[in-house]
Amino acid sequence: MTRPVHPLLIALTVLVFIFLVGPLVIVVGSALSDTTYLTFPPQGLSLRWFENIFAIAAFRRTIITSLQIAFISTAIALVIGIPAAYALNRHRIQLPAWLSTLFVLPVLVPELVLGFSLLKSVATGFQVPIFPALIIGHTLLVLPYVVRVISASLANFDFAAEEAAVSLGSPPLKTFFTIVLPNVRSGVIAAFILCFITSINDVSISIFLTGPGISTLPIQILAHVEQFFDPTIASVSVLLMALTVAVMAVVERTLGLTFLAK
Amino acid sequence: MTQKLSISNISAHYGQTKVLEDLSLEVGEGELVSLLGASGCGKTTTLRLVAGFLTPTSGTITLGGKDLTRLPAHKRDIGLVFQNYALFPHMSVADNVGFGLKQRGINGPERKTRVDAMLERVGLSALADRLPGALSGGQKQRVALARALVIEPPLLMFDEPLSNLDAKLRIDMRVEIRQLQRANGTTSVYVTHDQEEAFSISDRVAIMHQGRIMQLDTPETLYQRPANAFVARFVGFENLVPMRVVERDGAKVTAEAEGGVRLTLPLENYGGHIPDAFVLACRDEGLSVTPDLAMEGIPATLGLRTYLGRAYQYQAETPAGHLVANGPLTQPLEPGMAVKLVPVPEQCTILAPE
Repeated sequence: MTRPVHPLLIALTVLVFIFLVGPLVIVVGSALSDTTYLTFPPQGLSLRWFENIFAIAAFRRTIITSLQIAFISTAIALVIGIPAAYALNRHRIQLPAWLSTLFVLPVLVPELVLGFSLLKSVATGFQVPIFPALIIGHTLLVLPYVVRVISASLANFDFAAEEAAVSLGSPPLKTFFTIVLPNVRSGVIAAFILCFITSINDVSISIFLTGPGISTLPIQILAHVEQFFDPTIASVSVLLMALTVAVMAVVERTLGLTFLAK
Repeated sequence: MTQKLSISNISAHYGQTKVLEDLSLEVGEGELVSLLGASGCGKTTTLRLVAGFLTPTSGTITLGGKDLTRLPAHKRDIGLVFQNYALFPHMSVADNVGFGLKQRGINGPERKTRVDAMLERVGLSALADRLPGALSGGQKQRVALARALVIEPPLLMFDEPLSNLDAKLRIDMRVEIRQLQRANGTTSVYVTHDQEEAFSISDRVAIMHQGRIMQLDTPETLYQRPANAFVARFVGFENLVPMRVVERDGAKVTAEAEGGVRLTLPLENYGGHIPDAFVLACRDEGLSVTPDLAMEGIPATLGLRTYLGRAYQYQAETPAGHLVANGPLTQPLEPGMAVKLVPVPEQCTILAPE
């Protein structure tokens, strides 16, 4: 026996669904349009705007820059964040309230503010070149995710296992790699993906730190929109979306999406 | 392989809090000594100091004459069995058991032979390839035991190893642990808060309180002749009556408790000597209820009667305070009756005043 569902509830659900999926459909449709301007529904079908992305040197360059920055800053964040999360959980450090707040600050503070303060300090203050400045900015941006996600993983880990390994003759550092790390593997992968996607999609920090000659893909997209109104923008967006979906598909296959929601 | 453990005058602090004070303990070769006490008494701290996870503020720990005090934990060669099993979740049962051998550079066929033999001994051969997540609590604890025993450590330490198991399994496992420990003759330290478990498994038991050992003795001695009021209460002496000697007459003394209650105590029943101030201590079976008011004893008014199977137990109000006594099954007495409580000398002991 099924319970009758109120028609209003069905209508609301459909509306929410349209709001969620509608824009994506429009972007994908526009990207496939054969016209020289953005339009929906597409008029004629063509992949030429996808080809156009790679015909424009600025897009080619910024895609590579974005991937480099995402990989490097994620790697640095993992190297810093994993030991930090380990130390916080291993020794059950009870941080004073203001300090725990400090750890999530990069998530709470508007990224524009973070970007601007990085511009003032790192870029103009210390005269750090553009690329390293972007790395620093993105590392700061994604670091809280590493600490949060790895901490969540470690919360389920019994540190007595680590002591057991030490008592059996395994030195502490080696124990970290043979016992602790394998048990937070899914957390490390989750953190990597979250950081990577966050970095690839970031606008607000990059917009302050990019400069002549070096830019990231989202910034290049903005720059392009200011000058042209052709479907290239839509196809780049589809490309970014496809990248995200691909990463998610890999996660789903290897770990199951539910664990990201944990 | 077995060695003597000596803990000499160790003290330990957590921040400003003193958790252990000048504690000394010797565990002989092949002996099993339990550390028994409520949580916070320092028993786990003692174990962690010996294991090397904590450093004492003063004192030394030696094993087989070798000073362990400043040695890092991974060089101490001590087998540890934890309360939560602490198995490596990502390794098979066989790999868990073989881990210690691997650290000692024992590889290939020798490791496999030793792991297999150990799994055989704990009855887990069929589960060698399982992951710990697929095991029951009892099986996990067997793996933990096998993992600690396979390295043939000179010292084994158990930290509340059975407290996560159900009652029936707990009794089976403690017999199993004791048999394995006896067979290997491994010197062992066993931490528990369960008196029955400690008394049944140990050669000697150290009863701990506030970072000190209150008494270290065989279970029999602790049960019958506690050395002080704390241990007496711990092992179930409900009746502790402070008394003062008022008259000495050769082989007998007359002592008085609160409320003017007087008892005559023959010295021979109390080791030939009774100090001027002492505490008369016993369980319920140490005080016998009699309706004969002409007898010498503690005058009392009976309260609740409960049936114990071997006797009736009575709650009793006396001038010396609330006491618990036994009476024969042949003669049930009613609440409110005026009676005398007569001490049974063999069941009573004399302690120093608190």
